Amino acid sequence: MTNPDLSVTLAGVTLKNPIVMASGTFGFGREYGQLYDLSELGGICVKGLTPRRREGNPAPRIAETPMGMLNSVGLQNPGVDDFITCELPFLRRYDTAVIANISGDTPEEYGEMCEKLSQAGVDMIEVNISCPNVKAGGMAYGTRPELAAEVTEIAKKHATVPVMVKLSPNVTDITEIARAVEDAGADAISLINTLRGMRIDVNTRRPVLKRNTGGLSGPAILPIAVRMVWEVANAVKLPLLGLGGVSKGEDAAQLLLAGASAVGVGTACFADPFAPLTIRDELAALAQAQGLARISELTGAVRPWQN
Amino acid sequence: MKVERSCRVRVKTLLGDAVRLDLEVGDMVSASWRGPGQFVHIKCGHSRLLRRPISVCTCQRGAPDTLSIVFEVRGSGTEWLARREAGDKLDVLGLLGNGFPVRKEGRYLLAGGGIGVPPLLGCALETSGSTAVLGFRSQDKCLLAEEFQAACAKVLLATDDGSLGYHGFVDALVRQELEQDRAYTAVLACGPKPMLKAVAAVAAQFQVPCQVSLEERMGCGVGACLVCACKKSDGSMGHVCKDGPVFDAGEVDWNDEP
Repeated sequence: MTNPDLSVTLAGVTLKNPIVMASGTFGFGREYGQLYDLSELGGICVKGLTPRRREGNPAPRIAETPMGMLNSVGLQNPGVDDFITCELPFLRRYDTAVIANISGDTPEEYGEMCEKLSQAGVDMIEVNISCPNVKAGGMAYGTRPELAAEVTEIAKKHATVPVMVKLSPNVTDITEIARAVEDAGADAISLINTLRGMRIDVNTRRPVLKRNTGGLSGPAILPIAVRMVWEVANAVKLPLLGLGGVSKGEDAAQLLLAGASAVGVGTACFADPFAPLTIRDELAALAQAQGLARISELTGAVRPWQN
Repeated sequence: MKVERSCRVRVKTLLGDAVRLDLEVGDMVSASWRGPGQFVHIKCGHSRLLRRPISVCTCQRGAPDTLSIVFEVRGSGTEWLARREAGDKLDVLGLLGNGFPVRKEGRYLLAGGGIGVPPLLGCALETSGSTAVLGFRSQDKCLLAEEFQAACAKVLLATDDGSLGYHGFVDALVRQELEQDRAYTAVLACGPKPMLKAVAAVAAQFQVPCQVSLEERMGCGVGACLVCACKKSDGSMGHVCKDGPVFDAGEVDWNDEP
């Protein structure tokens, strides 16, 4: 039996395997790059960028929860210009797709960043309209279809590389937002960002997070991600990057079957820094055991019950 | 930085409410030692997603390298860790962070409070002629006093309730010591943040350099996720796991407290 072809295509960008590091969990790759070769990864969604440097929210910014964790980092980053000057050249040394994740306070800021990053030579731009941890912009754009469409249009107008829009699960009907960004010209959709949550210390009666609430990630949210990828896959024709709680090969396979072309891995790295490589290998073994020639055969191959 | 998935617990010792584990850690110390005060990030069972950061007390190169950690049970993770026994295996990521910038010929005033005391033992063992000022809530919480006595020229003890040594806080003893003798290379402090703030203020008053080891809730432990933020005096955010845990006292915004 030959090894299955792990390469996939996402909005015209070829990834050597379907594993993409989720934005905000992998920095700019430097830290985990000390443990393994970043060229092993299909792609890296870099830490969310904003037009200017941001210091983020006060600590504590993390709270462990049953099979998950809450974070309230608040888009701390050095700003898009610093990324282009100091971080992108480092990432470019590796044979992996570099996906720049961006957040703005106004649609114009998204446009401005798309222009700079396209010129700087990233492979794709992930438009974040779903950060639950900032006041302006962020999730506000991702919960109203007309605003999501406006941001997508401006991003598309200024970008010369594919634009992927990252959706929030904190909505009543995610397909409504998905259709809006598809109609506005998006090249791909990534989903899901974190779900808003809260943890309270019963002794102090204080929320653990200084910001009170934060975004839930980790295995706890996997079934929600699978369901939402499946719903969005049925609603739009765009390729999907599925993410949310993936910590093993079988989890990744579920997202592919639900309709994703590639799979994000994030929180799993905190438990095991080598998680993306293990997940890739487990996915390859699963595909081989099922006699697949290409991993992409899994995409959308779920056989839902007819009710 | 290394991941050693099968670190054998060589010895487990109960130190009152605290637990000491001596671990075999492959070549982790040789590969990533940067001074006393670094930490390890330990997986605490399958049901807990996040690792737990714990300061290294002492470490030694060897075949294999070994290190000891001393911790108190604070929650479900450390409770799990406290149930480990000799022969059990642990998944350890380390050594992480920067450690205290200790020079062998230096003479240091080590100021530790409670569970912040153990990481300073590494500093004591790296030098000779240092002084340790160790504070605890009460006599029964006293940790590693004999080990410090063996490694230091002088050891001063304090308890909050006066049941052992000086009746009062560590910063008062630090002040008392510096009033008599300010010829220290630096004050190195580890303990609760209010104690660190007070010790840093005393050191600044006597114009002795001061480094402090900070604590914060962590995620990745390596500097990628940015959750363990600490506000710096220039207004920027540092990260305890990567920029610390040891910071120059002047770098820290001591007013950033709830």
